[in-house]
Amino acid sequence: MPVLSTWMVRAALLSLGFGFALGAWMLTAKAIPFDPTYRRLLAPHIEVLLFGWLLQLAVGVALWILPRFEKPPKYGRIRLAWTGFFLLNTGIACVVIGSYVGGPSHPLALAGHVFELAAVLLLAIFLWPRVKPFMG
Amino acid sequence: MPRLSRMFIKAGMLYLVAAFTLSFWVVARAPLGLPGWLSAFQPVLAHLFVVGWITQLIIGIAWWMFPKITKDNPRGDVRFAWIIFALLNIGLLLRLAAEPLVTLYPDAPLGWALIASAICQLLAGWGVVILLWPRVKER
Ligand code: HEM
Repeated sequence: MPVLSTWMVRAALLSLGFGFALGAWMLTAKAIPFDPTYRRLLAPHIEVLLFGWLLQLAVGVALWILPRFEKPPKYGRIRLAWTGFFLLNTGIACVVIGSYVGGPSHPLALAGHVFELAAVLLLAIFLWPRVKPFMG
Repeated sequence: MPRLSRMFIKAGMLYLVAAFTLSFWVVARAPLGLPGWLSAFQPVLAHLFVVGWITQLIIGIAWWMFPKITKDNPRGDVRFAWIIFALLNIGLLLRLAAEPLVTLYPDAPLGWALIASAICQLLAGWGVVILLWPRVKER
């Protein structure tokens, strides 16, 4: 596993732990009304699990197992992917905090979406040439 | 492929079929004039896809293919991994049974089932983090 994959998969696992905790909190709050504002956690819950867990794990594993190049750099333009990794996690954090404090249109949440867009663009540009036949 | 991976993946496939079946009835409710209680399955339906299917598929494949820890202890504690499998599935099935009922009959004494479901799934999720963490390494 390349170093960046280890970072992405670990970040994905942490997102899983955090996102499940938000989900468990909301499910408990549906059972006993100890937190009437629990639905503010819904957008952060979805964000962390869909993008922090599922998307990030998929990209981290793709970076590792997709066909490599015969000539170095064998993984491709890895700096693009590192930038994508930082932007993705910054974006998720901004959306989580922004949507929690002020709803989905909070400026921080909007900025987070811009970071996420930049991240997925970079990650797609990075992965695109790796989608090829082995030895191709 | 280890037995536990096969269990995760096959359980995932069963949830996928169940999720598509249930989602047909939820979506067809209005046009076919089916009873309103079907919409109470909406939130848990989403989770049959994202927890029951895709998350279990991921765990099953990761348990099988992630780098081995050592030659003597390739995948980590198998018993711990089986407990995670049980907790995740008990938690999700409890939610499938209890959440629609709690939505439809808020006064029914079923809150304990939702809380138990939340605890089971939370422990399973954190268990997955602990289980897979040492397998995430360069090789
Ligand atoms: C991969 C994991 C997960 C993903 C991607 C995910 C995603 C979602 C999505 C998309 C919704 C909105 C559903 C809707 O409005 O119909 C939602 C709601 C919710 N989720 Fe999750 N979820 C995950 C895991 C969990 C877990 C493990 C729990 C509990 C332990 C949980 C508890 C909840 C609750 C309580 C709601 C609010 C339901 C309502 O509308 O009343 N989620 N989640």
